[in-house]
Amino acid sequence: MTITKTKRTGSVIFSEYKSGESIKKALSLKRDDILFEMRTSKLKGRGGAGFPTATKWMLAAASISKEKFVICNADEGEPGTFKDRVLLLEYPELVMDGMVVAGYTIGAEKGIIYLRGEYEYMIQSLEDYLENMRRENLLGNNILQTGFNFDVSIRMGSGAYVCGEETALIESLEGQRGEARNKPPYPVNTGFLGRPTIVNNVETLCAVSHIVVKGGEWFKTYGTDKSTGSKLFSISGDCKYPGVYELPWGTSINELLDKVGASHTKAVQVGGASGICLSKNEFDRKLSFEDVPTGGSIMIFNETRDMIKILKNYMEFFVEESCGQCTPCRIGNKKLLEGVKMIEEGTITYSYLKSLRELGHTMQVASKCGLGQSSPNSFISITEKFKDEIFRYGNGGNNGK
Amino acid sequence: MENKDFRAPLSQKAHTVEKPAEPNQIGGTVSVEINEKKISVPLGTTILEACRQNQIHIPTLCYHDDLCIAGVCRICVVEVEGMRTLQASCAFPITAPIKIKTSTSLVRKARRDIIDLMLSEHYGECYSCVKNGNCELQNLAKEYGVDSYKFGHVKEPLFEIDESSYSVVRDMTKCIMCKRCVRTCIDLQEVGVLEAVGRGHETHISTFMDKPLGEVICINCGQCINRCPTGALHAQDPSDVVWSAIDDPNKHVVIQTAPSPRAAIGEEFGLEAGHSLTQELNTALKRIGFDAVFDTNFTADLTIIEEGTELILRLYKALAENDKSVALPQFTSCSPGWVKYLEHFFPEYINNLSSAKSPQQMFGALIKTFYAEKSGINPEDIVSVAVMPCSAKKFECNRPEMQDSGYKDVDFGLTTRELAKMIREAGIYLPEMPKTHFDSPFGDASGAGLIFGATGGVMEAAIRTIIEFVTGDKTEDVFENANVIPVRGFDGIKYLEIPITEVGEVPDLIKHLIPDWNWLKGVTIKAAVVHGTANAKKVMEDIIAGGKFSGCHFIEFMACPGGCLGGGGQPIPTNEEIRKKRAQAIYAEDESLEIRKSHENPNIVRIYKEYLKDGPCGHKSHKLLHTQYIKRGKYIA
Repeated sequence: MTITKTKRTGSVIFSEYKSGESIKKALSLKRDDILFEMRTSKLKGRGGAGFPTATKWMLAAASISKEKFVICNADEGEPGTFKDRVLLLEYPELVMDGMVVAGYTIGAEKGIIYLRGEYEYMIQSLEDYLENMRRENLLGNNILQTGFNFDVSIRMGSGAYVCGEETALIESLEGQRGEARNKPPYPVNTGFLGRPTIVNNVETLCAVSHIVVKGGEWFKTYGTDKSTGSKLFSISGDCKYPGVYELPWGTSINELLDKVGASHTKAVQVGGASGICLSKNEFDRKLSFEDVPTGGSIMIFNETRDMIKILKNYMEFFVEESCGQCTPCRIGNKKLLEGVKMIEEGTITYSYLKSLRELGHTMQVASKCGLGQSSPNSFISITEKFKDEIFRYGNGGNNGK
Repeated sequence: MENKDFRAPLSQKAHTVEKPAEPNQIGGTVSVEINEKKISVPLGTTILEACRQNQIHIPTLCYHDDLCIAGVCRICVVEVEGMRTLQASCAFPITAPIKIKTSTSLVRKARRDIIDLMLSEHYGECYSCVKNGNCELQNLAKEYGVDSYKFGHVKEPLFEIDESSYSVVRDMTKCIMCKRCVRTCIDLQEVGVLEAVGRGHETHISTFMDKPLGEVICINCGQCINRCPTGALHAQDPSDVVWSAIDDPNKHVVIQTAPSPRAAIGEEFGLEAGHSLTQELNTALKRIGFDAVFDTNFTADLTIIEEGTELILRLYKALAENDKSVALPQFTSCSPGWVKYLEHFFPEYINNLSSAKSPQQMFGALIKTFYAEKSGINPEDIVSVAVMPCSAKKFECNRPEMQDSGYKDVDFGLTTRELAKMIREAGIYLPEMPKTHFDSPFGDASGAGLIFGATGGVMEAAIRTIIEFVTGDKTEDVFENANVIPVRGFDGIKYLEIPITEVGEVPDLIKHLIPDWNWLKGVTIKAAVVHGTANAKKVMEDIIAGGKFSGCHFIEFMACPGGCLGGGGQPIPTNEEIRKKRAQAIYAEDESLEIRKSHENPNIVRIYKEYLKDGPCGHKSHKLLHTQYIKRGKYIA
């Protein structure tokens, strides 16, 4: 398929960049210098968890092994995110260059893009792009005559949400069921095929390309002190101009709503189904790791929307997408969904709702991986912040029980 | 890439942190603080291990001593200072100084919630469950004071009970998804029948294409049963039918008892592992109402003679007559789990299996022929029961070819657990029973038959006899006190070479089969002992590749870890420590016996004189005591 590139403009990710630029720069630097630059930038993982990228890379670089891997997590599955799609289709140079830089820095020779099953249509354009890089000696053996070898292959996901979790992703790559592993050991020591592996989000790798060229200090001039740089937001829902936006960290919900032409907004779900739901009186909160962290999914709901139906949709999603291995996530999500159905039927008691919210807290701390740890977020935030909607279903009759 | 990087397909084996070989080296230990108590542990010790070593109890469910770590039930979670979430203690290797708290309110609440969640999807009532009183979920509920179903309770069963297998019953309504069975089947036994299928809340344990267990390549070893924490997996229990046979005055009900159940049944009555109750059991069985109690060791002795003779004949053909078509090494065939494993996974090797039946089936055939004739009972009225440490024996006695007496040779196979239940039901406390001997005409057997229960036992019994047959010397001259130590112990694969330097006279029993032993002079007999089908797989792959084991003459294979004493019908729980104690009990009983060699058993000598007159591997013994196998492959269940 042919992609017509609409020129986007932005401060960091969408800023000026020439293909191959960061590879050329990186290969002229020492590995430690790149790590230093990364640390200066304070870049945090863009997938949602916000782990400092420099730390991850340093640990992997310090691991002694004859083989290491760089994995680009392109299993963009969080409901409401579509920024990686834009990056992969329109800015493959940022992603691929970032992978080569990562490989050079940690000492890996193999990169793998784990591509979301639904993005199968991109394979051709990505493969073409990789082939082009190989022709220009930006990929393959002896890159730019520096003696550094690195190549990238593409592997497809099969539609499991949990495979966005890095250890489940690695399991899936190894041909096993997509189930999260026990941590520790972490992938930086024992990852794909037991080798040190870094798994980075598409957007993180794009940021890397810019940081290498323009420096960590430059990157830090954007965003806040703890959340440096900018973020791509996938904005959907009740607004005039949905789409992918690059905004600096620290942007408030109100500013964002203005920008996308949203009005009569009742609630904003930040971070997808696994994120938290903000109500009107929280719209002055800022999108940043220190306040409202997110992998980029923003869903806007106006006053006509029924929060309980929204919550039900989320919980149905998790009941299906849990990998099913650990008890809190496999059964817990089902119980939360049943709770939502009881709200709808008007049969829930407040004491049971309280039990379910407590169950949600247990799931947050006792589940094996990020899926179960974050799936109760929406249940807890919506049932707390939109109590009046629970009443609307007739649960007032049960009030006080 | 090193071999350990590869996992069996669908293996549950996770990557674990390896402990240092020498904890005393610098950096070999790490200090931790558990509940404000400072201790030092070898690097890589899990939190669970560290707690257990320090008398701190952590509840577990998906954890099992024999299995690789899963970390999925989350019941063993603890707080680790500085970590946002609770950590599964079974899966957390200590590699840095950390502070651990094992029973904070957060931990207790999480555990209680997890138990409540499990109970909410665990169908059935405890009092109608086979595991009542020995259920790990039930114990946890008690431990954590569960007094109501906080998150509801299943009212309708979600799954049909799968009773298609002769050996293993699957009741998935009681499954709590700990995946112990999956790890047992895939990683411990490397059979790979059970696997988690589906996703999310619909995830459940199933077989290939959701087929009933009786229609897949299950080898019936029952190791999954031994490790199931709930009643989701249990053996097909025929005890009700056995009771009605006992109650029927027109039926003559006989029972044979295998060596392993006696060494373990005490555990069912609250005794420590490692107490043999052989003669107490005889009394109890008589009091229950069995008309005769026989010792399977008798046919174990007979197996040694038949299987040993078969081996001698194979060796004679191969070495003296230089016949290249002889299938060597000869494999033992006593373990029905192993036999079915071979039929499924290496069907091209079924000719290597000894054609001798297992002791259970030999006895079955003799009871309804020799015993019936001798005692003047119509074989039609005989109900032949076998108590075995094994779930696969239930399948074995139902194999259609096992009817050489003209009737079903063995009617019912009982496990140790089921027999213990019958004894309790009869109001008998087994450890207090007086001692009595086995019944004639088979009487007491030799110690060689007895040690069949432990891995290496068949080999040891065979060596005791073959040495004396071939050299004319006493086994005691070669192995001290006739204890063949090299084949004992729980190493997965044991290998042994016996050089034959001197030969003697051919004993009368097999004189008609071979003229002399000269062809064996100078030959080194190579033998191996293998237990657990995962180890069997390694040896079979070595044989296929033409490795060391392809040069063996005789290999003992047992499907279960530890041999029969670790069988799928033995008391629950099981772990290596328990299995070792059972082995000790068996070997101790062997040493206490006067007759410890199969060929010295006077009843064996007698039966060849009186009944199997044409000798070992003769016409009659071939009809009654030998069988054939099926090339099952992956398509015939």
